[in-house]
Parts: sequence; C-alpha cells; structure tokens
Amino acid sequence: MHWQPSATLSALRARAAVLQRIRAFFVARDVLEVEVPCLDLFPNTDPNMATIEVYCDGRPHFLQTSPEYAMKRLLARDGVSIYSLGKAFRDGEISPRHNPEFTMLEWYRVGFDWQQLMQEVADLCQHCADGLAQLAAPRFHSYGELFTRYLGLDPHHATLNALRENCANVTDIGDLVLSRVECLDLLFSLAIEPHLGQQGLQFVFDYPACMAALAQVEQRSDGTPVTRRFELYFRGIELANGYQELTDAEEQSRRFAADEARRIEKDLPAYRGDPRLVAALHAGLPSCAGVALGVDRLLMALLGEQQLSAVQAFPLHRR
Amino acid sequence: MANYSTNEFKPGLKVLLDGEPCSILENEYVKPGKGQAFNRVRLRNLNTGRTWDRTFRSGESLEGADVMDTDMEYLYTDGEFFYFMEPNTFEQHQADVKAVGETSKWLKEQDVCTVTLFNGVPLSIAPPNFVELEIVETDPGVRGDTATGGTKPARLTTGAVVRVPLFIDQGEVIRCDTRSGEYVSRVKS
Repeated sequence: MHWQPSATLSALRARAAVLQRIRAFFVARDVLEVEVPCLDLFPNTDPNMATIEVYCDGRPHFLQTSPEYAMKRLLARDGVSIYSLGKAFRDGEISPRHNPEFTMLEWYRVGFDWQQLMQEVADLCQHCADGLAQLAAPRFHSYGELFTRYLGLDPHHATLNALRENCANVTDIGDLVLSRVECLDLLFSLAIEPHLGQQGLQFVFDYPACMAALAQVEQRSDGTPVTRRFELYFRGIELANGYQELTDAEEQSRRFAADEARRIEKDLPAYRGDPRLVAALHAGLPSCAGVALGVDRLLMALLGEQQLSAVQAFPLHRR
Repeated sequence: MANYSTNEFKPGLKVLLDGEPCSILENEYVKPGKGQAFNRVRLRNLNTGRTWDRTFRSGESLEGADVMDTDMEYLYTDGEFFYFMEPNTFEQHQADVKAVGETSKWLKEQDVCTVTLFNGVPLSIAPPNFVELEIVETDPGVRGDTATGGTKPARLTTGAVVRVPLFIDQGEVIRCDTRSGEYVSRVKS
C-alpha cells in the first residue's frame, strides 16, 4: 500500500507553475476560461473511446472524455473564444502514459483556421516550457510525408493489402484481420510515433479522411480528401489533437449515426449522440478551430520524465 | 479455463496462443490520439522457451493455459523418460527428453525440482538452484594450489562438465550453481 504521492514536490511545483502559465497565456490573449460538467447525460460516441458510466440520481450518467460537446454549446450561444482546464476521464486507458483520469486543456478560437491554431499551440508550449526545457523551433509534417519517410508508403492511396503486408512486417499480429483505419493506426503507433518530436515540438497534419472524428474534410490541391486536423508530438508521445471544427449540423448527425453503427458492429454499447450538440450546431456554431492538450503529458515531456506517475500526485494504479 | 482480456495480461499470466502455452512477460498499451488501441505483448513460449512478440487489438482475449509449477522429487530415468514424484500425494509423473532438455545434466535422484505441468503433463523441468554432485573424471589435483586461480574441466556423475579449481580431485563432491553452470565450492564429506 502506498499512501504517499508518486510525484516529487519539485514536480508538483512545476505542475502548479504550468497551470498558472496556461491561465496567464489565455488572459493575455483574451480567451475566456469556462467550466463545463465532468458529469453529464451523454457519452462520447467515438467507437475507440470508452466512457465511464456512473450512477447519479438513480440513473446512468457519464464522466466526460473531453469538454468538447459542452464547449461547443457555449460557442454556439456566445461566439467568443474559450478555454477549459479540467479533468477528463477515459475508461481502459491505463499504461505508463495513460491514466483514466487526467487533466485536459481544451480551447476553441473563433475565426481561427487550424494552421493559426497550430501556431498558437506551439506558442503555448513554449510559454509553459520556460525554465523547464529548451524547445527548438516547431516542425510541421503531413501524415503522408511521415509514412513515406518511415515506411515508404502512401497512406492515402495504398491498397488495403499493401497496408496489411506492412503491418505484418512491423509486428506479428497472428490472424487478426485489420481494417484500413486500423492498419494506419497500427503503423503510425508502432513505426512512426516513436520517432516524432525527438528534437522538439513536431506537428502532424492532413490526416486521411477516414480519421475525421469531428473535423472538417477537404480536398487537397491534388484531389486527395484530407481531414483538417493536426496532432502535436513531443519526445515520442502525442500531446494534443486539434481540428478545424465541423459546423454542419446535418454532417454531425451523420457522424453520430455512423459512430453508432460502428459501435453495434464492434459489439459495444450503442450510444445516441448528444442531441443538444446537434441543436447547437443547427443554431449555428461560429467558424472556429479547437484543440485538446494533455497537461500531464506536456509536463511529463517538459520534465523529461517517462511516466505520468512522475507528475501526477495520485495516479489510479501505482506501479 | 477462463479467458483473459488484454487489460488483464499481467506478467506471469499463462495463456494459450495459437495452441501454445505461453507466459506473459510484458504488455504495452499503445493508442493513437484518436483511433484503435493495441497491446504489444511479449510472451515466453513455454514449449520452446523462445520469446514471442505479438500485437493484439485492445480488448481481445486469450484462453488461459492450465500451467502449474509444482515441486517434485526426481526419482530416476529409464533412458526414455524421467520420473518425478509429488512428495505429498506420491503421484508420479513421467517427463520426456524434450521437457527435460539440458536440465538432465543436473538431475540427481531425490533432489527437489520445479516441474511445470501443462494440462497435467510435464512441460519443463527446472533443477534446484544449487546441486551437489560427485566428480567422476578430472586431472589429478595439484596440492596446495589454492591461489593461482587456474581451472580445469571436471565431469560429474550426471554428465555435466564444469570448470573447477586445480586443487580439486576426482571422487570429490562439489556444489554447483545450475543457473550459471559454475562451480561454487567443495563439499566436505
């Protein structure tokens, strides 16, 4: 039994400093801090995300996997840039780099495009790193470029067979039959991600259209449909995920329906998408870009630590 | 046997993978930001002793393997099989040459070994960490030479050959570490 915290006092001081710097950064840029519920009525419909179900008032409620739905309802009514610095929960995500409860910074910039937001993410990290780590200038690479560099493969046009063969070269998967997206996820996680951000912040953008989640999809100049989405990597781990936000209510309803169908196919609980989000989009979401950043991971990377337990006082499972 | 999901894969858990009994060594959870999570698992194939890296989709499960380690007394060999006895029940088990493998060179009658049973049949045998065996063949001992640190080969009753100090003689009993295969000390009779 451990009653003592797993993070040192100096790590806890660095955490407190980073939280203060985040708030100062947004105050200076006139972005409003908002608080949204952790406990709410609807789960995340994403088939790759497991929402924790809890009982409240005698019926099932859900611990939110991110403040996204509620923040978009605020954006639809008030149309001002906002940020939330709070706890998010994801079931089943337990590893040295995952804790089911973690601190998430999520912000939405009204009138920004995803490229401007990417630059702001770099500025924020730079601001938080002061005195903790030296960050080289950020680097930007498309998803396709990275596949070409590390695997000699075009992720947008490679055949499913070619992707499966590459997976089999990277790792033994036995008789597992992977879909196109699963192949891409496996290849990215095992063969590309460990190389990313080793020199400093590294952004990845232009994800394949099949990985859209709640981002917009556009045709690139060469005709390839890509997702207006980016991720930030630092020291081999993913820190942030941003979108040019989907504002089309009809498309949102279709994506909820597609998630639900996929959940049924995967034998997961079928979840209805939050109708209040669809209603908010119908009322009109301002054009905006949004991003979520894992604060514990940022801190871990800045301090050169390998485990979240070095920066969280009380991780769920002490290793 | 019960099924175990990837999130229950803890080091030491025994599972069946492609019909082979395996012991889990490591389990790493990997998940892209938005996307399918996987578990990279390192296992030891208990049949071959080889390590095996396999990637699973998170949430997949494997059947548990009926693998059990039991301390048993080594009785004898008839050339084809090696016989072991559970000290409490006196139940006897026969292990074939494949299960015993290299361990045979450390097996002395009445020594207690760890027998790994898979579905009730010996899968592998681990000898005690230290065994005491008699030297049946080595060059004559050099009296008084305890300081030069030189060694010579010595063959033991079980067939094992270990390097011993020059002063050790044929007919002496020595203590060996079976993990390193090295001489430890002389046993005074």
